[in-house]
This record gives sequence, C-alpha cells and structure tokens, in this order.
Amino acid sequence: MNIINILDEIEKVDADVYDRLNPRRAAMKDFFSVGKKVAAASVPFAIGAMFKKAYAQSAPSDAIVGVLQFALALEHFEYAFYVRGFNEAGFNGTYAAADKTAIGIIRDHEANHVKFLQGVLTGAGKTPVTPKTYDFTAGGTFPNTFANYPTFLAVAQALEDTGVRAYKGAAPTLIRQSVYLTAALNIHSVEARHAAKIRYMRLLNGHSTTVKPWISGNDNTTGTAVAGNYAGEEIVMQAGLNITGINGTGVTAAAASESFDEPLTPEQVTALVKPFGVTF
Amino acid sequence: MKNLKQEEPEMLQQSGSILDASLRRRSFLQYTGAGAAGIALLAAGCSKDRGFTSTDGVNLGSDDIGILNYAYALEQLEAAFYIQVAATPYTNINAAELAYFKDIQFHEIAHRELFKSALGTSAIPSLEVNFSAINFTSRDSVLATAKAFEDLGVSAYNGAGYLLKSATYLGLAGKIVSVEARHAAFIREIISPNSFSNTEVVDATNALDKSRTPLEVLAIAGAYIKTKINASNLPTS
Repeated sequence: MNIINILDEIEKVDADVYDRLNPRRAAMKDFFSVGKKVAAASVPFAIGAMFKKAYAQSAPSDAIVGVLQFALALEHFEYAFYVRGFNEAGFNGTYAAADKTAIGIIRDHEANHVKFLQGVLTGAGKTPVTPKTYDFTAGGTFPNTFANYPTFLAVAQALEDTGVRAYKGAAPTLIRQSVYLTAALNIHSVEARHAAKIRYMRLLNGHSTTVKPWISGNDNTTGTAVAGNYAGEEIVMQAGLNITGINGTGVTAAAASESFDEPLTPEQVTALVKPFGVTF
Repeated sequence: MKNLKQEEPEMLQQSGSILDASLRRRSFLQYTGAGAAGIALLAAGCSKDRGFTSTDGVNLGSDDIGILNYAYALEQLEAAFYIQVAATPYTNINAAELAYFKDIQFHEIAHRELFKSALGTSAIPSLEVNFSAINFTSRDSVLATAKAFEDLGVSAYNGAGYLLKSATYLGLAGKIVSVEARHAAFIREIISPNSFSNTEVVDATNALDKSRTPLEVLAIAGAYIKTKINASNLPTS
C-alpha cells in the first residue's frame, strides 16, 4: 500500500491533513521513510491510531491556544534579544569566538521555536501573535545590555531561567495533551540547556565566581534588578516534604533548592517581561 | 541478563542510532500517544527481544503510581551512578569537576528520596545496578555515561509527562526535568564546548528536545539495572 497516496487523497478533501497529523509537514513526509521499519501488518493499525489521535486533538481549547500564544510571544522576544546580541559590535574584544558560536546556536533555537509554534497555531486555525517592539533596557534598568558583554550574558541568563519557569508554569494547563504538552516539555528542556550554558559561560568568563549551571537558592548572581525572576527558587519543600536532609541523607538546603526548578504563573511572567515591552 | 552484558555497548549505541536516525518516529509516537500503535511500532523498530522488561520482575504499577515508580527507578540509577563517581572520582579529577559531581550527586539523591517518600508503601524496592561497563577511573567513561544518563532522563520525563493524570505530579516532574537538562548541558560542555544542545538531542528543524516512551527508556536503562523491571501495567496513553 502506498501511504503517501492515501494521504494525498485525503488532502484533496482535507487540505490540512498533514498539519492535523503533524504541524511539521516535512517531518510528516519523512515519517514514511521510517515506515519501512514498521512491520507491514502493523501499518494500518498505526496509521489508524495516528488519525484518530490527530483529529481528536485538532481543535485545541482556548486555554491551550492561550498557552501556545503566550509561549510564542516569549520566543519572539528571546529571538530578537539574541539576534541583537549576536550582531552587537560593542562586544568586540570581549566576545570570544566560542561564545559567539553559542549565542548563535541559541538564537537559532529560538528562531526554530518561533517557527514551530507558529506552525502549530496556524495548523489549529489560529493567527499566531507577532513580534513587538522591545525595550531591551527594561525601562532603563539595563542601560548597557548591548554595550557591555557581562551585562548581556547576565540578562540572557535571567531570560533563559525565566523562560524555563514560564513553560513550567504553563504545563499544567496542557495536562494529558500528548501533542501540546509533549511539545511544550520538549521546548522547556531546551531552554534549561540554554540557561545552564549561559550560566557556565559566565563562570568561565569570570563574570561571576559563584554562578553554577543550576540555580542555587534565589541567588541569581545577576544583581537585584532581576530578583523577581528568581523569587521562590530557594524553596526546599516539595510535595509537602522537606528536601533538606530528607530521609537522613546529606542533602543541604542549597542542594535541595538546586534540585528543583520552580514554576512561575503566566501572570507573574507577564509582569516580569512587561518592562521589556513584551505584551500578550 | 547474562548475554546482555556483553551486548551492552553495542545495544546502547544501537538504541541511540535507531532513535537518532529517525527523529520523525519520535514525533510520530507523540501523535499515536504511544498507544497500541506505538507499541506495534516499538516492536517493529526494536525487533530484537531485549528482555529488559518482563512480567515477573519488580512491578512498577499502573497509572500515576506506575509513572512515579518509573521515575523513581531512573533516579535510583542516576543517584547510584553519581554516588560512585563522588566516592571514587576518576583519575586526575580537578576540584571544580569534583564539586560539580558532588552537587549532581545530591540533586539525584534528593530526587530519589522525594519519589521514595511520596510513593510510600507503593514504592518499588531499591534496585540493584550493574555498572560493569563503566570504568570509574576514566574521565571519558564517566562523562560519556553521565551524558547518556542525563539525556536519557530528560527524554524520559519529556515523554512521560502527558501520561500523568495529576497536575501536582506533572508539576513535580517539570521541576525535576529542567534540572536534569541543566546537568545534561553541563556534562556536555565539559566533554565538548558548545555541545550543550547539539543535534544529538535537539532536532535541527524545530529545536525540540527528545521524548522517549517508558519502554524505550527502559530498554536503554535496563542495561545498567540488574533487577528485572515489570513495566507492563504502565499507562500508554
């Protein structure tokens, strides 16, 4: 049987079939190369289940759309931040080639997150939110973000750590949504990888002597201006249990706080990014 | 388990290449919700009978308890590994790296103990690990294993999130997975700068991290766990 033909036939009736199955059309087409690995007998079963799932989830609720738009607005902002930071001439001499490579990698990830979320929203028949005009000084709080490399990386760290908190805070809205929750989680952990990398860069560059790849207490190592972005990260209670010294182990309060990243509600995130001109 | 040991490196690599070569299968699995079709696919894609999960081993249980026990099993594995690394550091380890490994050790212990306490009488027993394939005196061996475990952990939490019914547990898993991702990025950086989120783990088109089903994860992790694990009651959708 030729699966591509079947899908093409369906596409004549339902133009969005590929998007329903997978917002990433290219990935969907590529799937069929994997089909070779699937035992022939299981193919119709697999395809049937796939359709059932895709159509069942083809109309996301307003709450889900809200989360997707919220995420997209944040990704637009992050992308714009890294585009500017990558190109910034003011960093010359303090901007090691390897660091610039890292910023380029992160910028490209944010760009791809933007495209991915736009695709998911478009596939769901929604109009994706567009980028805003951003104020990277946050109303004058960071006047030299793009003139001073340590400041740039400090702000980048705060943005990444806050991005992690934002996705985490939105996740419960997507509970049991195999497609949307999994996609959000797959972005969330990438943001955490970015955060760890930026933090480690700051340490290696000597911008901070105490910064770790993980968040220790609420010591954000970037200054009081972003204290709100780290408020609550210091907690040592999880699910009603005190993690410090849990079950007689040597887990310190610092380790207890580092072991768990904390969420922020969309309202909290909205308030934190508003000075940067990010609106929803 | 006897012939697993000798096949370990090959199998780990094989599992890796199957998954890496077909990222699309991962996205496909998301759409099937890893339901019956997912299992059919898995069976086809992993044709060799690996026997990592059985119906007579330690039963993880069903529903959210099953998923929490699954996470508990993985955290037991990670904690045991880092406890060994911290106790017998690799040759010529520097102070900074030792400090990081001690940090990570306590993070994994914290995760393990949280699951143990949260599960209470539903918790699976302590698992017996098999680290015979790891050379703890070798930095390369330890870092390669750490990288594999951390990336695997990230994909495990990412892939199991939607199976949870409790928003509290989902929130808890979310708090842990980003810390695992921080570990993964750090380990990757000390192996090779700027590999923190390369295409081994983050797809080039959408910049999404990996997700794996519990069965996929256990097939890989099982090489390091001596205790038989029965995942047959885990939710699949």
